[in-house]
Amino acid sequence: MTTSAPTSTALVPPRPAVRRRPTAAWLRWGFVAPAVVYMAAFFGYPLVRNVLMSFQHYTPKTFFTGSAPFSGLGNWRAVLDNPLLGQALWHTLVFTVGSLAGQFCIGLALAVFFNGRFRLAGFARAVLLLPWLVPMVVSSVVWRKLLDQDTGVVNTALQDVHLAHSPVHWLSSPSLALLSAILVNIWIGIPFNMVILYGGLQEIPREVYEAAALDGAGPWQTFRRVTLPMLRPVITVVLVLGFMSTIKILDLILALTGGGPADSTQTLGTLTYQLSFQSLDFGQGAVVGTLLVAISAVFAVFYLRANRAEFAGEQ
Amino acid sequence: MSATPVNRTPRGRTPYRGATSGSGARRAVRTAAAVLVLAVLLFPLYWMIDIALQPGTGLAATDWFPVHADWGNFRRVLDSQGSSLLTSLLVALGAVAVCLALAAPAAYGLARFRLPGTRTIVFGTLITQMVPGMVIANAVYSSYVDLHLVNTYLGLILADASLGLPFSVVLLRSFMAALPHEVIEAAWVDGANRFTAFLRIVLPMSRNALITCGLFTFLFAWSDFLFALTLNTTDDVKPITLSMYEYMGAHVDDWGAVMATAVLAAVPAAVLLVVAQKYVAAGVSGGALK
Repeated sequence: MTTSAPTSTALVPPRPAVRRRPTAAWLRWGFVAPAVVYMAAFFGYPLVRNVLMSFQHYTPKTFFTGSAPFSGLGNWRAVLDNPLLGQALWHTLVFTVGSLAGQFCIGLALAVFFNGRFRLAGFARAVLLLPWLVPMVVSSVVWRKLLDQDTGVVNTALQDVHLAHSPVHWLSSPSLALLSAILVNIWIGIPFNMVILYGGLQEIPREVYEAAALDGAGPWQTFRRVTLPMLRPVITVVLVLGFMSTIKILDLILALTGGGPADSTQTLGTLTYQLSFQSLDFGQGAVVGTLLVAISAVFAVFYLRANRAEFAGEQ
Repeated sequence: MSATPVNRTPRGRTPYRGATSGSGARRAVRTAAAVLVLAVLLFPLYWMIDIALQPGTGLAATDWFPVHADWGNFRRVLDSQGSSLLTSLLVALGAVAVCLALAAPAAYGLARFRLPGTRTIVFGTLITQMVPGMVIANAVYSSYVDLHLVNTYLGLILADASLGLPFSVVLLRSFMAALPHEVIEAAWVDGANRFTAFLRIVLPMSRNALITCGLFTFLFAWSDFLFALTLNTTDDVKPITLSMYEYMGAHVDDWGAVMATAVLAAVPAAVLLVVAQKYVAAGVSGGALK
């Protein structure tokens, strides 16, 4: 979703073919249909099915007997009465906002930094992608060891330099665990933010900066008045995509804290998993899943508005 | 999303030089700062390798450098979880095959055929990203029970292909829209129908974009944890991500083996970054879809 998309497609507009042999419509649809059917099955159907499931009564026996009778608003009432839902919503909000703020600010700072020309810049940019390419479960497991209160290197280092007198309970204290999860997710998300924002910076024409310099703008003024406004479309895309992948996160929290201690890192993603696949109450899991979709949908509207220009340009 | 970055390395462009041109000392300071940033951000991965190479279980204080490096942890892990590495490889390759087989023709059709509904389909592809994996797993699990696809390779491959498909359709569509139309038309004149023209002309010309999509789908599928966790109830199909997670749960203190597994699970990412850097860069800047 870079800003360069409209240009490349606009250069070569689809035009009427000169003298083409008539091709059967079924052959042309044959190209597109398999992917459309697949996407309907793996993206469209789950959306509908989740809403249906949220009104059905599932028990651990359901998948043997095949009976999941409709139960009206039973699941919805049970989930809305569950104090965990409120907690999970709050944790999801804090986790998402905290992660995005951290990833974006550090990513932007690094993008600006690497936009200069110096030795190793290209190499460093490439290598910094690694934390993002490594499977998220792997990163989370590694951080679980780093933050281990007794044998983790973070605590050892903090105590060695006398920044902490006793081991910090990064993952085992209910008041710190969510913060730790946010820190780990910031670490995972920095490369992605950096690379996309760097791409956006590269698209800003040099002349604009030259004009700003001629007008006597200092570096900070240039950044605020030129760079940020011109980067805005890219910033929107990065934040919205970040939002949509962060709000539904599961891997990181399961591997880092498992939702604990004392449910202090329980989010909508982990709650759905727990209800559906551990309590085997797929009906209640579907309620939380549907809520998750509803929240994402609100933000998808922002995303589409941000992309509207590009989307219209492609057609 | 454009087709051009695939052929263009980031270094080939002229970056903005305003603030840094001139002083060589300033550039040296920047290089030093870059090294520091690298050291800080990559430290967790270094530490993972360091622990994996230390003899024993990694419970005692870890040396800062693996001076007594020993492959014992890796040997233990390969014995107990080697088959999971193979499972991950099979599933990821399968997902790449399914994804490209579906995405390439669809992307071409959406880029060229001006079918009614093209706009809606592209729109739908773009918003699939907002469907949370857990919602997919919820619904797909119940269908898989009916279709007997739980605990099968096919089931996991089909689910994992969904991780790369929207990305691939969008990326390939932009790329194919920018292909020179004359060449493809010339093939029609020579009597090729749309399908043979697609196979013989369009696919070879889209090689770079196909590689980018294939690499990313491979990485997404290899990294998958959610579908592995939810669509499998037995040990029949257990990719390395799931195997590491379960091992960690069962052997809480055996950090040496857990870190060795983590290293092995991270290898494809590292290899791809080194071997296929240009495609990875194109995918990250072009896709922005993960």
